[in-house]
Amino acid sequence: MSALLEIKNLHAEVEGNKILKGINLEVNPGEVHAIMGPNGTGKSTLAQVLAGHEAFDVTDGEALFEGEDLLEMEPEDRARAGLFMAFQYPVEIPGVNSSYFLKAALNAIRKHRGEPELDAMEFLKLAKAKMAELDMDPAFLKRPVNEGFSGGEKKRNDIFQMSILEPKLCILDETDSGLDIDALQVVAGGVNRMRSENRAIVVITHYQRLLEYIVPDYVHVMYDGKIAKSGGKELATELEAKGYGWLEKGGAAPAHAGA
Amino acid sequence: MPNETDYVSRFEAASKNADEPSWLAELRRKAIDDFQRQGFPTTKNEWWRDTSVKAIVESDFRDADGSPDVPKPLVNAATLEGAIGGHRVAFVNGKFSDELSHIGALPEGVFVGRLSDFAKAHPDKFEQLLAKTAKTDDAPFAALNTAFWRDGACVFVPKGQSIDETVHIVYLTQTNGHATIDHPRNLIVLEDDAKADVIEHYVGMDKCLAYFNNVVTEVVMGERAFLDHLKLQQESPCAFHVATMEIRQRGKSNFATNSISLGGRLVRNDFSTALDGEFIESTMDGLFLVDGEQHVDHHTKIDHLMPNCHSFETFKGILGGKSRGVFNGRIYVEKDAQKTDAKQTSRNLLLSKDATANARPQLEIYADDVKCTHGATIGQLDSNALFYLRSRGIGEAEAYKILVYAFAGDMIHRIKNLGARETLEAKLIELLPKATYLEEAS
Repeated sequence: MSALLEIKNLHAEVEGNKILKGINLEVNPGEVHAIMGPNGTGKSTLAQVLAGHEAFDVTDGEALFEGEDLLEMEPEDRARAGLFMAFQYPVEIPGVNSSYFLKAALNAIRKHRGEPELDAMEFLKLAKAKMAELDMDPAFLKRPVNEGFSGGEKKRNDIFQMSILEPKLCILDETDSGLDIDALQVVAGGVNRMRSENRAIVVITHYQRLLEYIVPDYVHVMYDGKIAKSGGKELATELEAKGYGWLEKGGAAPAHAGA
Repeated sequence: MPNETDYVSRFEAASKNADEPSWLAELRRKAIDDFQRQGFPTTKNEWWRDTSVKAIVESDFRDADGSPDVPKPLVNAATLEGAIGGHRVAFVNGKFSDELSHIGALPEGVFVGRLSDFAKAHPDKFEQLLAKTAKTDDAPFAALNTAFWRDGACVFVPKGQSIDETVHIVYLTQTNGHATIDHPRNLIVLEDDAKADVIEHYVGMDKCLAYFNNVVTEVVMGERAFLDHLKLQQESPCAFHVATMEIRQRGKSNFATNSISLGGRLVRNDFSTALDGEFIESTMDGLFLVDGEQHVDHHTKIDHLMPNCHSFETFKGILGGKSRGVFNGRIYVEKDAQKTDAKQTSRNLLLSKDATANARPQLEIYADDVKCTHGATIGQLDSNALFYLRSRGIGEAEAYKILVYAFAGDMIHRIKNLGARETLEAKLIELLPKATYLEEAS
């Protein structure tokens, strides 16, 4: 059986700048992976390339989702196949009602899965239940998507969307940035509720802080467009203690770090 | 090539057969003189600098004569498939249509119907009102209309009365192959404390048929009168449409118009109001959707003559293909018009690199204690927003529609007539031009 996500030698660039320089990664259902690393090493680019943002050109390598060529798929088809990215900066969409938007998204995905579409009442019931779990005010549903939301509210809203859409693979791009400790716990709680043997989660973060709440099975360190080191959850703790300086000095890895 | 002289000789020929009171003949004579003196405007004229009417000047139009009969699909379109209820005053190819018109029971003294019938029934009022609001000395198209108009719709609501149901004035055009010209003339009069809700609607065949509707609508509002007006322009994609709407408002009256412009090849809408009293409210909104080589121009003029009046303007444009949209909003505040509050917004969404939008606010303020704000934006669809929607599973075409609709939807929501609003909501989505131009991703 093929992996849920299999990335082989992935290279990508934006406007001629090479950012990803040969990423290899395998993610299986039930696993939680953390991708760490200093700023500007390509972590967010990896997330965006996987979600299908057109600003990035893939120049080499491949990414397979359940054995299918992910890079050939349109962003909406990736979402329908079960990939979800929580944005580092969720986009404000004035004039688009949150409830309308999310119902349209859910029904597009359900239709793809061959499930019946939800009507307004059924959707509202589901949405309210998920919102209660995330300590969100149901009034958010009536507001335009992310418009006027605080940073924390936007992140929470993305996690809310994720819980409604029930993807197979969740990619969280710096979901912890800009969150205070209370919001972080709520968001982490939301993510942990999503953990299941049928679903994988990839957490992209600069800090180890989030990984105290979402404990990963695997930790990868990215540096200069590649995965420089992979290990277990203890690697995150070591990085917290040692920082990323050793990467810049040319690669003497911290002790005990082995996958 | 036809020119001003042709219109003058046609006028001479027609005036010989006219059977009209002498004041009206004189009014028409003055109008044709005014037209001849001004001629058709050129782009050297400041008020016309963004809109060339050369195509109108060079066209050889015949007078619309009521023929041919209008086919059922056009009738359905004109009535928005029956969605607009209420009273209907319908004209087909320049002639009143008894068959398509429907005027229900009306309160005492209220008139809804043909302007020519109003003239017969109330000759004194007709003489007092006609062409008193829309002047001809500095308005060539209004002059041409005044010289040539044959009929149009009239809504007259006497003091304290109101018409509860919508009055739907509709002009249907389907030419017989040759380009035609018509000069619809509408008169809407609301005396003190009167109230009405009027839809002014122009519909052409979907096929590309050239014709020219040169419209004048005069609105006279007494104290505390309330008029909700919707202008719905769905002319043929090859039609010319020039409309002059002149409004005069007295104290505490409330006028609101919403100009939804979906058709036409060359469209010019002028809305002017004079706020002649205190505590008046005047709202002018508009939404235009243009594609291909369509050109739509809205010129508004709001004269704040007295203190304590409010005016609000919101115009939005969605432009695809090689289309062009123009908004010019003039706000004039008289020295005595203290405590004026005037707000003007123009927003344009370009869906193609070859589309052009011009937005020009013109503020002329002579009072010192006023609040006047204006803002104009011209932008593209946000590619990040489009990606966000798609990344949640919403298809590209659907995501694009959601975003364009988010930009324009509020203008449709302002339509009070429920049937019109729901039909236009669907129509807008169906007509959206294809987006080829997105804001760069950041």
